[in-house]
Amino acid sequence: MTGLLALIVVILFVVTIWQMSKIFKLSQLKSKSEDAQVATDKDNRINGKLMIMFLVFLYAITIYCFWNYSKFYLPEASSEHGGSYDTLMFISLALIMVVQVLTQALLHYFAYKYQGKKGNRALFYADNDKLEFIWTIIPVIVLAGLIIYGLFTWSDIMNFEEDEDAIVIELYAKRFAWEARYAGADNTLGNANVRFIEGANTVGVDLSDNDAMDDVITSELHLPVGRQVIFKLRSQDVLHSAYMPHFRAQMNVVPGMITQFSFTPSKTTEEIRQTEYMMDKMEVIKEIRKEKNKKSIAAGDGPIDDYDEFDYYLLCNKICGSSHYNMQMKIVVETQEEFDKWVATQGTVSSKLVAE
Amino acid sequence: MSAHAAVDHAHDDHGHHHHKETFVTKYIFSTDHKMISKQYLVTGLIMGIVGIAMSLLFRLQLAWPDHQFTAYEIFLGDWGKDGVMDPNIYLALITIHGTIMVFFVLTAGLSGTFSNLLIPLQIGARDMASGFLNMVSYWLFFISSVIMVMSLFVESGPAAAGWTIYPPLSALPNSIPASGMGMTLWLVSMAIFIASSLLGSLNYVVTVLNLRTKGMTMTRLPLTIWAFFVTAIIGIVSFPVLLSAALMLIMDRSFGTSFFLSDIYIGGEVLHNSGGSPVLFEHLFWFLGHPEVYIVLLPALGITSEVIATNSRKPIFGYRAMVASILAIAFLSTIVWGHHMFISGMNPFLGSVFTFTTLLIAIPSAVKAFNYITTLWKGNLQFNPGMLFSIGLVSTFISGGLTGIILGDSTLDINVHDTYFVVAHFHLVMGISALYGLFAGVYHWFPKMFEGRMMNKNLGYVHFWVTVIGAYGIFFPMHFIGMAGLPRRYYTNTAFPYFDDLSDVNIAITIFAFITAAAQLVFLYNFIHSMFYGKKGSKNPWNSNTLEWTAEVKHIHGNWDGPIPEVHRWPYDYSKLNKDESDYVIPGQDFVPQHIPLQDNEEEMHH
Repeated sequence: MTGLLALIVVILFVVTIWQMSKIFKLSQLKSKSEDAQVATDKDNRINGKLMIMFLVFLYAITIYCFWNYSKFYLPEASSEHGGSYDTLMFISLALIMVVQVLTQALLHYFAYKYQGKKGNRALFYADNDKLEFIWTIIPVIVLAGLIIYGLFTWSDIMNFEEDEDAIVIELYAKRFAWEARYAGADNTLGNANVRFIEGANTVGVDLSDNDAMDDVITSELHLPVGRQVIFKLRSQDVLHSAYMPHFRAQMNVVPGMITQFSFTPSKTTEEIRQTEYMMDKMEVIKEIRKEKNKKSIAAGDGPIDDYDEFDYYLLCNKICGSSHYNMQMKIVVETQEEFDKWVATQGTVSSKLVAE
Repeated sequence: MSAHAAVDHAHDDHGHHHHKETFVTKYIFSTDHKMISKQYLVTGLIMGIVGIAMSLLFRLQLAWPDHQFTAYEIFLGDWGKDGVMDPNIYLALITIHGTIMVFFVLTAGLSGTFSNLLIPLQIGARDMASGFLNMVSYWLFFISSVIMVMSLFVESGPAAAGWTIYPPLSALPNSIPASGMGMTLWLVSMAIFIASSLLGSLNYVVTVLNLRTKGMTMTRLPLTIWAFFVTAIIGIVSFPVLLSAALMLIMDRSFGTSFFLSDIYIGGEVLHNSGGSPVLFEHLFWFLGHPEVYIVLLPALGITSEVIATNSRKPIFGYRAMVASILAIAFLSTIVWGHHMFISGMNPFLGSVFTFTTLLIAIPSAVKAFNYITTLWKGNLQFNPGMLFSIGLVSTFISGGLTGIILGDSTLDINVHDTYFVVAHFHLVMGISALYGLFAGVYHWFPKMFEGRMMNKNLGYVHFWVTVIGAYGIFFPMHFIGMAGLPRRYYTNTAFPYFDDLSDVNIAITIFAFITAAAQLVFLYNFIHSMFYGKKGSKNPWNSNTLEWTAEVKHIHGNWDGPIPEVHRWPYDYSKLNKDESDYVIPGQDFVPQHIPLQDNEEEMHH
């Protein structure tokens, strides 16, 4: 594909040079009159045609991008609310593409059709209240629909109801890593503050708080499938943003306050790896990485990291410093049994921090 | 109001007094609005070169993160040792690129240039209400530009917290070194910039309200003036809020206050700050930051209205609706700032409110777009370069505005927030559109700025066509990598193998960026060459109706050698026919300038 892109660029460049030389030639012929730099009928004709050609270009790039790049859109959402997010996204996209195609067509077609010519007379047409009314009311109605739909979805996502078996997890951000703190058996997070940070107690748990004793602090985020997760987000230094694109989830992490977000994962890591989308994508990526690896070894930089299997990830999406681009955490969505087994191996605050 | 203006001007009408001018009073400390406008333009263009050059550097990094470029060594020195860009300087480049383009090029370079040039000329005034304040305004802008450029040479690097400078990152020098001296200079520069902008805006408002010539009622103002006037008002309302945010940030940084800081552990110790909130800063910042988008865009739309009407040889369609939408946009722009903060931790209910107001603003914007398209309909379009850029603006304004419907929806914002989708959106709707407005204005009013000299139209055509193709080539594909979940402000995407298949798109975008930037060299050459050797055109080269084309071609202090023209009609009597529709109102001439009295054979419209 790079080859094709390069070819297109080269062609465009050649066309540009050719057009420029033509235009320079034309500019040699310009008349001596003081109107030399005002558009003539000929200029209008050329630019009118170019307007139509530009419209074709605009459609071509649109089709090209949708054809080749729409596969980049994230896979089907792995969270329960993600489905309605995607539906709303597709409705909005379809709508704006219809408006885009129509208005750009009108704009450039009119530019072509009404290109100036000496002797032509423009229509003195200053006002039409009916037209103004029509194109005020249509956006009003359409937008009202979108707003209402959007707001219902928004309120479903943000004003979530707590399920009885919801699991509470604190996501703790610091430059440039994430930690997770599970609320443990009592499902209540112990108090925490940066003022308690000391030695191994990196997230500042209040060790005198009994609720904290069964908390489990980990550097990977494991989530049981089908169970609501309530994230409490805390930062120890600057702003961060916990972005989990595959779950259509994102919330800023703000020092000095606790923000929250909730979703219910609906697909395990194993399941999403088996989807057609992910298998195709991984194949492409593996191919790319094989090339990269070869180059890297040839350049003496050694082999690059393996990437054989897809894993969900959490990434930082608010500028936080020099390694912002690499502030990530692996997310594993698994069955309840697998999850329980994993949690049991992690060790609680009381066993890890208090025992010391 | 207009009678009052006439009294004000009575003493001027005895003709122009010639003062002896030295080089210093004419070119440097000039109080003449035409010279000040040129000073703004040239300073803005120079800052633009810096800003665009920076974008090329970080586009190189984004396209080929593993490659070593000597260009880094040349331009970045120690920050680009061995051709590898330092991650800190990458952040600094995007920060300063944003700051320079938004404030120094598109606010001062666009609004500063054309408000200064056109307000007095188009309303029929000899100069701004206060020439002295105007001069001070420019020189403050100049000082702030110098400080901003100086900050590039600070040892610890220029500000690198993003152009939004959210604390605590911008407040704590031990989070990134750039938040030390670099950030201090950024804040000082912006504080001076705000002072400059306020002085300028107050001057524009007073001038428009008080110095209109006889007959120039508010409803006879060209849409350019309406746009500049309303822009100035938004600036007066919102810039002071940024100033207070900047002052509070300075206090937090240097005097131990805790407006924005609380519970922070950094560099191995807990800071004493408690009780502040970074979200407060976000509110204050975006209370300016969002209106700022319209401070940038409205002047461009005003210029476009004027240029499209003139070159279509038709009145602008729906003058009253255009004015109403400018006012509606201005009002709404001050109550939508929260849409930048849907996922900031702000109460979700507020998110709903801001979604509502944000999508409302699409309505006046849609009205404007449709009115432009209808103005083209059945026109007699003259494709001068200014006209082409105006049409280009309408195109990008639509493309970029439509994606705003997605970002303005709090739900959809969750997953595209801070991705390249946002970058594509705001570059099209505000960056590119406003730049097109700037170019349209420069091509159209170049003869007014440089005593009748005109820019070469053929170079203008090359400039336009390469730029429009390049700009879409950059920003259209960018939406798609954004929807893939690619975050902005990442030094490299190689830390996520998942993004490996997006690297081709990034390469294509960079190539388009270089082509587009090369086209701007054509413009620069054309601009400088035409300044000295441009062909002189006629006094009114575009056959336009507005008053500036009745002023003397040669620049004199006071604009009109004789009395100030009186206005008898609105500025859009293009192709108006006489009563029996046998010919134009003035036979053989398809336009009736504003200073021409109502003719016998002419029907009076409601304007």
